[in-house]
Formats: sequence, structure tokens, C-alpha cells
Amino acid sequence: MTTQIGPGESGPPRPPVPPALTEPPPPRVNYLNVAYGVKSWLLTTDHKRIALLYLAGVTLMFFLGGSFAVLIRLELVTPAGDLVQSETYNKLFTMHGIIMVFFFLIPSIPAVLGNFLIPLMIGARDLAFPRLNLASWYIYMIGAAFTIYTLVSGGVDTGWTFYTPYSTTYSNTHVIAAGLGIFITGFSSILTGLNFIVTIHRMRAPGLTWFRLPLFVWAHYATSLIFVLGTPVIAITLLTVVLERALHLGIYDPRLGGDPVLFQHLFWFYSHPAVYIMILPAMGVISEVVACFSRKRIFGYEVVAMSSLAIAVIGFFVWGHHMFISGQSTYAGLVFSLLSFLVAIPSAIKVFNWTATLYKGSVSYDTPMLYAIGFVGLFTIGGLTGIFLAALGLDVHVTDTYFVVAHFHYIMVGGAIMGYLGGIHFWWPKITGRLYPEMWARVAAVIVFAGFNLTFFPQFILGYLGMPRRYHAYPEEFQVLNVMSSAGASILGLGYLLPMIYLLWSMRYGPRASANPWPAKGLEWQTASPPITENFERQPVVTEEAYAYASEEEARVVERG
Amino acid sequence: MSEHIVSPRVYVTVFVGLMALTAATVFAATIDLGRWNTPVALIIAVTKAVLVVLFFMHVKYSSRLVALAVGGGVLWLLTLIAGVAADYLTRGWVGTPGT
Amino acid sequence: MSSVADTAHAPEADRHHPDLVHHFESLPAQKEAATLGMWVFLVTEVMFFGGLFLAYTMYRNLYFHAFVQSSRHLNLTLGAVNTAVLICSSLTMAMGVHSSALGRRRATVAWLLLTVALGSVFLGIKAVEYKDKFDHHLVPGERFQAEELHLEGDEARQAQIFYALYFAMTGLHATHMVIGVPIILILAWMAHRGRFSPEYHTPVEMTGLYWHFVDIIWIFLFPLLYLIGRHH
Repeated sequence: MTTQIGPGESGPPRPPVPPALTEPPPPRVNYLNVAYGVKSWLLTTDHKRIALLYLAGVTLMFFLGGSFAVLIRLELVTPAGDLVQSETYNKLFTMHGIIMVFFFLIPSIPAVLGNFLIPLMIGARDLAFPRLNLASWYIYMIGAAFTIYTLVSGGVDTGWTFYTPYSTTYSNTHVIAAGLGIFITGFSSILTGLNFIVTIHRMRAPGLTWFRLPLFVWAHYATSLIFVLGTPVIAITLLTVVLERALHLGIYDPRLGGDPVLFQHLFWFYSHPAVYIMILPAMGVISEVVACFSRKRIFGYEVVAMSSLAIAVIGFFVWGHHMFISGQSTYAGLVFSLLSFLVAIPSAIKVFNWTATLYKGSVSYDTPMLYAIGFVGLFTIGGLTGIFLAALGLDVHVTDTYFVVAHFHYIMVGGAIMGYLGGIHFWWPKITGRLYPEMWARVAAVIVFAGFNLTFFPQFILGYLGMPRRYHAYPEEFQVLNVMSSAGASILGLGYLLPMIYLLWSMRYGPRASANPWPAKGLEWQTASPPITENFERQPVVTEEAYAYASEEEARVVERG
Repeated sequence: MSEHIVSPRVYVTVFVGLMALTAATVFAATIDLGRWNTPVALIIAVTKAVLVVLFFMHVKYSSRLVALAVGGGVLWLLTLIAGVAADYLTRGWVGTPGT
Repeated sequence: MSSVADTAHAPEADRHHPDLVHHFESLPAQKEAATLGMWVFLVTEVMFFGGLFLAYTMYRNLYFHAFVQSSRHLNLTLGAVNTAVLICSSLTMAMGVHSSALGRRRATVAWLLLTVALGSVFLGIKAVEYKDKFDHHLVPGERFQAEELHLEGDEARQAQIFYALYFAMTGLHATHMVIGVPIILILAWMAHRGRFSPEYHTPVEMTGLYWHFVDIIWIFLFPLLYLIGRHH
């Protein structure tokens, strides 16, 4: 049984022929060319255009945050603090963290791919609240402007974690501007999450039951729960820091009896679930890519869907593992440690299930799949090292060292960013109507993988040997590993620049893509590339399960036989 | 789903209840109930909030999903408070190794 | 949970209403989505205020005596009057929603304007209270003096934490009202122009939800801030 659809794939399966040569050209009018001019972009309510507005914003912030990483790795080539002063170095890692966490990793997949794809994947014409969607982009950009203002007026040096009382009383840098920037951008996240929740509940196409949804949608639903329940807490926390600094409404000042650990509780109550905001959408991408390039339904679909929810929920109960040495009660530390072990289980289940999907699948190694396979390996390493850190006794030894830095970069860069790049490549033909050059894309993926490991694997060793994080000078015996790491960073940087170049090139010169070039299952592939503004010519009706790849295989076998 | 129009009589009854509970909480605060002053005040406040949510905000006449959202929000706030309180209340229960 | 609400079977008129946006099937579907969206937003507000309630809970338990003495200096009468004023405004708001659902234009405008008036009274009383605190040197910072609270030493400093929380929590609450009042004024204007009908009065309902929520926050703020040590 197939879906009834508009232009694009139809009829019985054909023998494989490059789709770009046989499909009719895309409809003359699509969401990209339906209107021209700055106003048509800045006042759009089309979720697909808003996704591209976000793409521009997060890409800009990514390279800004990345430039700080370059300076950090340059400083760390030599043991002495000789490139920048320690105060400046503090600002570098602070700005790197703030920009990468709040302005790239958190919005990237949801605001770009989620915004673009969720209405398409559920057969809707737009999100539930299109104007709110546009507002969320403006709020994001205003927050980014505050951050850039912070930057040009001298920066902030508290670390992205803003620990009190340094941030509230003793720092002489632009804490208020930085805090307000993040506070404002938080509302962008909240509105996005709100929009996704209502859309997924209320706008699914006829026949699209919850357990027929793509896992990408499940992942974004779980992420949206975190957006809605967690982000307001960081908002109020940063607001209290701003109020204390600006108006002396002091609740963290030890001189008054304030407790700095209270700040840490409030901060990490959001910031731990925030890391699941960063990884869940990437996991959603991986599910789509692995299914398509194994030509197989994801193994244990229902369990993977439930695991997304489990990660979101349990992820709210483990924040104390960032505070093991803060003076928090040891008993609470024990409980947080145990819960942190438990939260790894649903993630591990996903890794097992993706792997099981590959087994006896018809695997091909297009670029999205290269990123997906890289994700599975690197996320596993990052996740396992998270378990090391969750063990109280071991954490006392490696906390605040490069071990932690390596752990979270394995997850956020080796995991989330590779998921993001894999998703951008997978859906590029749908978004732009063009194919990117496959050879260059594969080369870039390999360069990213190699550069990433060279950058961050030595950091596990450095941390275990005792090199602390956030220091611009270090003992000489650590230099070799630091040089390796910095060398890796330059390779990684090249790996990120290549897609910028060839993806932009493909928008003008790339071959035109058909509706379904891979081909893949999912409603988004049943409409033109690029889609029309209304997404579908006729309302789709869903009659089959998600990832119904086997049925097409069986049909081919039957036809031949 | 047709819209349920709530009768003004319901609103006025709830209003009277809210005012009565306000008077009650002020009165209860002026008498010494020992360690029960705080729980009594909170119970009255919660009762008032429930009345507003169910009747003024129409949750009694809304979908289960809305009720789930309300319950989830309250539950999450309690999680925040309970989780942090669990730290403060248990400091000193288990010694730090070496001390 | 069904994937398609019964809204798919809405009457014909609701499928072609001028207020129906292009991405919804029917007016009832659009309204259900708006209601769910507003509730999700209110959940975020619960967590937003929740951070302050958490800080309050921790410090009240740590510094109970300082909190008791600090609370006694708040004006119980004004606080109680304000509580009554907000409850009245919730009633008038609910009646405003009710009138708009029945298509009664003039009644809707009247109830909404009454709500604005009551909200403004609340803010006025709040301003009086704030000024009183300024005059008695009870604003946290360098000029804070705890003599009037009969506190000294550590407890005098802890009183600053109470007042920091007092200003932060009531200030955030008042900010929400300052945002709400103009919105209700705009709604009153729209109602006056005949913008709402029994089929479409969603903005009034959604604003009503917001206003009731702000009332609920005060329902908790009042006993927590004003009623701690009134029986000594």
C-alpha cells in the first residue's frame, strides 16, 4: 500500500536509473522562487524560509564561535601563556562556550532541519503558529546581537557557566550583556518547542498515528519537552544574576548568607537537559539516515521512539553530576551518580538498534551515511566516557580536567555536529532542489572524522594525566599531546570549510534533484524538490508504517522473479 | 468539539469561594498553629489555584491533553524543588572520604 | 490520542471563516491548537517563576527568623486588599470571555475595561508598597538598614535576601501585569469594533488564561511573603 500523493514518485518500482536524468524538472513555482526581495524573506511566515533564515544565523555564529576555538588551540601549542594574557584567554573560552552552546548547538538541528521538515514529515501545510516561528528567529537574532555587542565591547570571562559569586560580584567584564543575550535567545527556543509540540499533537495527516511518525519527529517532540520545561529555568537564573549585578538584589552573595551552590543547582537544572536538546535531534537525523541507507526499517522502532522520551525525562534528574565537588551533599551525589548511569541506558539502546538495523541491510556509503556511521562510533566513545564521569570516585580525579572537555566534545562535535552535517547533506536536495558533489562531500566527511579524532582523543589522555581545563599555560610534559590536538583542529577546520564551499556552489551549479533522489521513505520525499509553499498539492493520507523499505524490496524481488 | 459555555453562576460561586479562602488564610496566619501554619497556608493556596484552573481557566471542560500539560508543569516544578531540597536536607548524612 | 480531532467534522461555515488561517482545517481545530499552545506557554511560565520559588523555599528554611521579621514589615492590609482586587479581576475577566463567547459586544467591552481598572488598582497599591520600602531603607544594597526589623548581625544581612526575593518575585509578577493590561485594553478596543463573535473569540480566551495565571502566581506570593510570622 502506498500513500496518495502529489507530483514525484508514483507507480510500481522501476529498475535503478539516476533519478536526476529521468524525473521531470521541478515545478516552476516553489517556495524559493515564489517571491523575491528582502521583504519576502524578512516577513515570511513560511516555515521553510524561516529554516533558511536560521541556517544563515547559526552558520554565522558557528564560524564566530569556531574562531575562538582557533585562538584557544593556537595559544595551547606552547606551554607558556604567550599568545594572550590569562584574562583574555578566559574571555576566549567563555565566548567559545556561550556561542557554540546557545547560538549553534541548541538551535541548529531543531531550528533549521526541524522547522523545515516537521510540517512536511507530518503532511501539514505549516507549523501551528507561523508568525510565532518568525518571531522566534528575530528573538534569536536579537540575542545574537547582544552577544556580539558583548564581544566587541570587551567580552565576558566567567566561563559559559557563569558561576557565582564571581559573575555576580567580582568579575569586571560584560556579564549583564552576555546574560541578557542568552536570556533573550532562550525565548526563541521556548517558542520553537511550543510550536513543535502543538504541531505534532494537532496537525498530523489523516492516518498518521503516533507510531507511524518518523523517528526524527519523535526526537524533536522529546527535545521540545526539554525546551519548554528547562529553558525557563536558565532564563530566571540568568535574570537573577543580572538583577544581582545591576540592582544588588543579591541572593547568591555569601556576605549576606547567599549560597553559590544554589546558583549551580538552578543553572544545571537546565544545562544538563540542554545537552540532550543538543543530541536528541541529531539522533533523530541518524535514525532517518541509517534507515534509508540500509534500505531497512529501524530495528525496534517503538523502543527507539520511547527511548527519546526516556532520555528527555530522565535527563532532568541527573544535573547534580556537574556538582560532585561543589559542596553538594554526598548522599545527593550518590543518587545523582546512580541516575546518571540510568540515563545512559536509552542512549545505548539506540546505538544497539541502529547497529542492528545495519545487520542484513543493503548498506551504501553516501555522505549522510558516512556522517551517521561516524556519529555512532564517536557518540559511543563520548557516552562511555560520560559513564566514567558519572562514577563519583573517578569524577573527583578527572573533573575540571581535559577529560571532561574531551567527553563533551565527543558528544557535541563527534555526535551532534556530525548529525547536523549528515542531515544537511541528506535533505539538501529537498531544501534546495540541487545535488551536492558527492566526491567532495565524502572527502570532507573523512577529513572531519580524522581531524576530529586527532583534536580530541589526545585530550582524554591529557585530562587523565591531570591537565586542568580553562588554563592558558600548562606543564611542559603536556606539550606533545597539545600540539597534536591543535594540529587536529586545523584539519577539522578545513573539513568544516569544504561543505561551506561546495554546498554554496551546488545552489547555483549543482545538478537539479528529483523529488526523491536517494530514494527514501517519508512524506517529505513525496513532494517536489524544492517543495511548493503549501508543501503538498493534495493533503497526503498515510496508510503504511514508517520506513516501509522492505515492501519495496519485496515488490522488486516479486517483479523480477 | 462544541464549546462549553460556563454559566455565570459557576463563576460567582468560585469567586465567593476564593474570597472566603483568602479571609481564611489571613485568619489562620494570625493564630499560632505551631508547625502547621505553613502547611495550612499552602493547602489553602493550592485549593484556590485549583479552583481558578478548573473553572476560570476551563480545564474542567477541556481535553485530557490540556490537563496533562497542567499536571506536567506542576510536577516539573515540584521536581525542581524536591531535587534541590534533597541536597540541602541530606548534607552531613554521608561523610566525605578522608574526613 | 487520535491523530485527527473531531474538528474534521466541523460545520461548513467553520471551514471557510474569514478568521481561519490557511494551515488549519477548521476554526475549532485552530482554536484547539491555540488553547494547547497557550497552556504550553503557561507551563513555561510556571518553570520561570519556579526558579524564584525554589530560591525562596531554600532560604526561608535556612534563615527562618530573618524571614519572619522581614515579612512582618510588609503591609498585611494592602497585601490582602490586593489579593481581593486580583480575584475580582479574575471574575471580571472570566465574565469578559463569557460575554465574547455569547457575542455580547458591549458587555465584553465593559468586563474587559473593568478588568483593566482592577489590574491598575493592584499596580497602584504595589507602587505605594514599593515606595514605603524605599522610605524605610529596605531595598537591598548599600543603603539597606535592618534596624526596623529588629535584626542584627547575620540575620540583618539575611533580611536582604528576603527583600531581594520580595522585589524580584513581586516585580516579575507586576511586570506580567504591566504586559497584560495593555493587551486587555487592545482586546477591549477590538471587541468594541466588533472583531469577535461566538465562532471566533480566541484572543479573548487566551488572554483570559494568561490573566488567571498571573492571579494564581499572586495567590501563592501573598501567603509566602506576607503571612509568615503574623501570629507572634
